[in-house]
Amino acid sequence: MEAFSDLLEQLYYTAGNKAKAQLIADYIANTPDPDRGWAIAAMAGTLRFDFFKRNTVKKLIAEHTDPQLFAMSYDYVGEVSETVAHLWPHSEAVSPLPSLHSIVDTFANVAKQQVSKTLADYLTMMTPSQRWALLKLGTRGLRIGVSARSIKQILADYGNKDIKEIETLWHAVTPPYTQLLQWLEGKADKPDIENAVTFHPVMLSHPIEESDIDGFEPGMWQIENKYDGIRVQLAVNTEKTIQKISSDNTEESDIEKALFSRTGDDISHSFPDLLEHMQGNMVLDGELLVIQNASEEAKESLASIAPPKVDTFNALQQRLNKKKPAKSLMQSNPVGLIVYDALVLEGEQLTSLTLQERRKKLAAWIEHKKIPRVFLSNTLEASSPQELRQLHSRVCANRSVEGLMLKRLDSTYVPGRPKGKWFKWKRDPLVVDAVIMYAQRGHGKRSSFYSDFTFGAWQGEQLLPIGKAYSGFTDEELKKLDNWVRRNAIGRFGPVREVKKELVFEVAFDAVHPSNRHKSGVALRFPRIHRIRWDKPANEADTLEALKQLIER
Amino acid sequence: MHPSTWLKTDNTGLFCEPGGFYIDPMTEVTTALVTHGHADHARAGHHCVYASKETLAIMQTRYGEDMAKHQHTVTLGETITFNDVSVTFYPAGHILGSTQILLEYKGFRIVVSGDYKRRHDPTCPPFKVVPCDVLITEATFGLPVFKHPPIENEIDKLLHSLRVFPKRCHLVGAYALGKCQRLIIALRDAGYHKPIYLHGAQLKLCDLYQQFNIDLGELIPVSEVGDKKTLAGEIVIAPPSALSDRWSRSLPNVRTVMASGWMQIRARAKQRNAELPLIISDHCDWPELLMTIEQVNPKEVWVTHGREDALMYQAEKMGYKARALSLVGYDEEEQGGD
Repeated sequence: MEAFSDLLEQLYYTAGNKAKAQLIADYIANTPDPDRGWAIAAMAGTLRFDFFKRNTVKKLIAEHTDPQLFAMSYDYVGEVSETVAHLWPHSEAVSPLPSLHSIVDTFANVAKQQVSKTLADYLTMMTPSQRWALLKLGTRGLRIGVSARSIKQILADYGNKDIKEIETLWHAVTPPYTQLLQWLEGKADKPDIENAVTFHPVMLSHPIEESDIDGFEPGMWQIENKYDGIRVQLAVNTEKTIQKISSDNTEESDIEKALFSRTGDDISHSFPDLLEHMQGNMVLDGELLVIQNASEEAKESLASIAPPKVDTFNALQQRLNKKKPAKSLMQSNPVGLIVYDALVLEGEQLTSLTLQERRKKLAAWIEHKKIPRVFLSNTLEASSPQELRQLHSRVCANRSVEGLMLKRLDSTYVPGRPKGKWFKWKRDPLVVDAVIMYAQRGHGKRSSFYSDFTFGAWQGEQLLPIGKAYSGFTDEELKKLDNWVRRNAIGRFGPVREVKKELVFEVAFDAVHPSNRHKSGVALRFPRIHRIRWDKPANEADTLEALKQLIER
Repeated sequence: MHPSTWLKTDNTGLFCEPGGFYIDPMTEVTTALVTHGHADHARAGHHCVYASKETLAIMQTRYGEDMAKHQHTVTLGETITFNDVSVTFYPAGHILGSTQILLEYKGFRIVVSGDYKRRHDPTCPPFKVVPCDVLITEATFGLPVFKHPPIENEIDKLLHSLRVFPKRCHLVGAYALGKCQRLIIALRDAGYHKPIYLHGAQLKLCDLYQQFNIDLGELIPVSEVGDKKTLAGEIVIAPPSALSDRWSRSLPNVRTVMASGWMQIRARAKQRNAELPLIISDHCDWPELLMTIEQVNPKEVWVTHGREDALMYQAEKMGYKARALSLVGYDEEEQGGD
């Protein structure tokens, strides 16, 4: 437990992904199994259960400290785990502490009535920072700024493997990942995942260039809408035979279906409405969207007949990152899948077939299966570069579509970003002239420079913040801006500086949505600084009203 | 006569009416009694100042020889009188020259403890428990979450980091008066005898400490280092404000260290962008505050600058009458050097 707590402590204060990765790699190299595997699970968010509930912690501290003093302390510290870690009144140091594995094991097996007592005993053994680590671990609330994807990359680097191999294995193995880790160290065989539902690294596209459009040859390409949802992979195998009794690989997962993001994060828990109807043995590649007629169609099993009524990205956003979505939300914002490719159908691997062949099989399969909430992406036609351009501008008039996808009909399904196979042609970004209001120092290579900016639009005489952005500068501009902020700062709120409302940015963004969260009532999607308008007076920047005109539908 | 009738706060600070003097006033006054040299307690320009000889020296170093027209050195433990008010300075254990002040008037004793701590500090004599009717205590760290670890632990963290990151310049933010010197002494005690490099703002006060025969070992101003790359793997001490400043960009591969009592709270450390927070304070932590109230055992506790609510609540729970005394201007950290 000491090593894990030290690791968290260091990760918490270390800035920069590289330095964090170095710390984690050192930990993996120097910590025995199965402790290190549990630590990886905790960081990657793959622990399957809470050791104790937040409420258990709150009750426990209320029994052991003065509630008034706790309330005043919590008010100041701002976080329950840390407040408890400092306020826990009993201390009987034990050295060494029980291992991480033994703590996980204890909580996994302890009777419900004993959880609180067990936690209390552990807290008494520990220092405040160890207590904090335990409380964060036990409520699965580690926030250390390391994504699951980074953990996979760190593991890949540790074992000198391609991250795709880790991604493929990841969902088929479970904590404490003993075999996986030993395989990475060359001490064990690669985990066998033949029957498991797992993520298959996806094929990605390149942005299209003018020359690609000019060289467009009709008949060679599949043209589709580029939908404004999120790319997902649906992996299902409900037909697993129970034949792996000889299994020495006890870590193999028994999950039957899963929805993955394009980076391989398992997002199944957010979309039970999509997954519940899935049966079979397939891996589908498609776009997850809020589809307004998805659920009603589900009842009649007509999903693939009526065209999907696609809602905005904003509607989908409300469904993302929900650990357990409310029923009402699933009813008001039902999700569906527009499928554009298949890697596996009926248990058969299709990746070595051409897109044309895969598409034929996929269309027939969807037609035949009529799975609720699953739609086939429709294809579009163009017979010349000129028609293609016309098609693009026509498609972009529809705000629920982001542009066009062009995929070579003769391309096999190759994970990664192979050249010349798939292209995306996004619609031109929207732009707004906004005034910078606040600045904050950046991180990593931008650290100590003011490089994160909040900007606003006019409502009458008042500026209201509409967004925040930090990308889009050259190093030269960054220095100049940093200098400008220093000379024009008028106030300070913690690390944030307020600046004179004098400098205009041309901000590019993909879409604007209504938002209750912001005073301005709007939220921009993917805002980035396009140009710094040193020349433009602030009072000529755009109004909030003008921005609201751009809201979808 | 109850002190609340003759010791009052106004916009300038704490005023003793029958004695005609202020304690640690914010602005220029006729007569000022100064507990210690931190800038939010010791201001320049008074007509007449009473303070320990170290505090006067600190004020002269900061504000010049003529920082006050009349400068009176007080001897600790010796009583002086202002009209009918008897005044005695006692050590407070906060920084070099720091004092608490006992006022006696018409049968009542009140102790203005200033800033103080109860831990060992080689640069000043320990806090003296002075029995009184009213104790005025600070509450900078007046919440039970604040328990400062032994300074040796924190110094170990820094030395450990130097071993793990031998090529990174360890830039330590520490207030120029008190914290900086205590940190240096603790490093020397832990066996660190390499030169320690200083930001310009730390130099004069370190010189002053050395004039008072406090050995700080070899100190080198960063400005005298020709090739800043040679500072890789070394310790540089700078005021906290310089950590994220332009100045620090000339240093090689900086690891930001911050020495302050606030570093116990993660969010505070994060706000400071501290990669290595060291919990080192020249103030009392919560247990020390409670211990002091118990030992002094006054009839009343007046609580000032800090988190008064919790300490008042606790003092009342312990059976003391407690009230908040709002004093203007004492800055928690930036000036005060916790």
